[in-house]
Amino acid sequence: MHNKTLTELSLGLQAKTFSSVELTQFFLNRIDQHQQLNAYITVTPELALAQAKAADQRIANGRSDLLTGIPIAQKDIFCTQGVTTTCGSKMLANFTAPYNATVIEKFNQAGAVMLGKLNMDEFAMGSSNETSYYGAVKNPWNINTVPGGSSGGSAAAVSARLAVCATGTDTGGSIRQPASFCNLVGLKPTYGTVSRYGLMAMASSLDQIGPIAKTVGDAEIIFNAIKGKDPLDSTSADSPAYPPSGEKKIIGVPESFLSEGVDDEVLKNFYEAVHKFRDMGYEVVNVDLSLLKYAVACYYVLMPAEASANLARFDGVRYGLHKDGKDLLEDYQRTRGEGFGPEVRRRIMLGTYVLSAGYYDAYYNKANDVRKLIKMAYQKVFDQVDVVLTPTAPTPAWKIGEKVNNPLQMYLEDIFTIPANLAGIPAMSIPAGKTSDGLPLGLQLTAPHFREDLLFSFGKSFGKL
Amino acid sequence: MSLTADDVNKIAHLARLGIDKQDVAAYANDLSGMLDLMTRMAEVNTDHVEPMAHPMDQAQRLRADAVTELNHREAFQAIAPQVEAGLYLVPKVIE
Repeated sequence: MHNKTLTELSLGLQAKTFSSVELTQFFLNRIDQHQQLNAYITVTPELALAQAKAADQRIANGRSDLLTGIPIAQKDIFCTQGVTTTCGSKMLANFTAPYNATVIEKFNQAGAVMLGKLNMDEFAMGSSNETSYYGAVKNPWNINTVPGGSSGGSAAAVSARLAVCATGTDTGGSIRQPASFCNLVGLKPTYGTVSRYGLMAMASSLDQIGPIAKTVGDAEIIFNAIKGKDPLDSTSADSPAYPPSGEKKIIGVPESFLSEGVDDEVLKNFYEAVHKFRDMGYEVVNVDLSLLKYAVACYYVLMPAEASANLARFDGVRYGLHKDGKDLLEDYQRTRGEGFGPEVRRRIMLGTYVLSAGYYDAYYNKANDVRKLIKMAYQKVFDQVDVVLTPTAPTPAWKIGEKVNNPLQMYLEDIFTIPANLAGIPAMSIPAGKTSDGLPLGLQLTAPHFREDLLFSFGKSFGKL
Repeated sequence: MSLTADDVNKIAHLARLGIDKQDVAAYANDLSGMLDLMTRMAEVNTDHVEPMAHPMDQAQRLRADAVTELNHREAFQAIAPQVEAGLYLVPKVIE
């Protein structure tokens, strides 16, 4: 049951082979049996069973769609009305969202069942899910290793079959890297295609919402269900449709960009994947994206700058944690000092510094210039090729605790995923094999703006091999 | 680029972030390392580059000047740390 795809489960529900209540209870039991993974922050069994009952009714009335009655789980970064929404932080330990994010509304309208809220790095800041106030998440493939981050709970839950699929958010790789570490499909859509209303913002020019799923087909279904322009998010946009064409597609590989700092097994696995595509008749060409070696530096100016502004809202006055000081200034300092964990504090300080008087030009403006050049480099490459192929991450999952004390080393893990966020283009990680130790490896496909269709078609043909 | 303890304290003040004295040296070290990474961008020639304003070169969308939000004061204040008579409470800032 738990290994079935979304489509298979949907057909089972329609045929009344099983009910949504049965399916939901099945997953709730699995969640209960796998608590040691720490994938969920909040499980919502009563809500889930009520939604399942309503879904069964809707199916009986013949008004269902693909997601009706399907038990899914949400990253705890989306506001869910009446449900605790922590964003992985002590700051929001007691925060009950007063309204629903658009993404939550879309799942509700489709009749999906929410099993609960998933663990994540605090305010989505991390690549290993170890910065969560609610404890590290364990990778189901080897419980001594990290599941990746920041959507680590999402990846662990889908991988351990504690939900049919899950949502994640991706600012610099937070959907794709955990998907890669947990043998799943993770899609970061084009910037703006999914409404961010009700999402706790980290870096607003980079954040995107997307699915983590077992198969490319499942990811595509979720993406189609949550995308679309939303009056409540002025950066959201409708994506144009691209009808399938029979043309032979070309794959670009940025070889010089792959020459440094990539684990041997990752590189070997990657070139095997390239050969597979060649054997299928795809043309593979070398492309120049040497500028991407500056992507991490560029990102670690822009992301903290935007995050320091976005997180200024946590003032202990309107919601969340409040700590008393001797005056208003000390109220702020104590609330924010105690409410935020070390990594969040570090990024707020970095962002504050690069935006401060005298440094703004040298850091923030320079980074925006470099960002523009990176985007232009991609545009040039996409004149020649349809998709760009890289590994998703330079290493497989590492041991829990291994990189906690070296933030810079952790940041460099995002080298292959950050560029797509800077350029605003869609990218997807698909399972590509395992290391000799049995840890999953991912392959990342990147396409031009709004060309998620290319990612799905390449992803599906690779999966068939 | 190497930050001093004074720099760290100044940044923390700007960010309204209370930090422990014993952590200041570690912050200075971490932040300096990150700033070193950023200075690598100096190698890139960005003369005559228009900074990126939006990933899709979109202009800010406009909407009709109409009321779209209902009053949610009660729901919002129900989750506030301290409220009284429909107002958020903060310490006195004007003597």
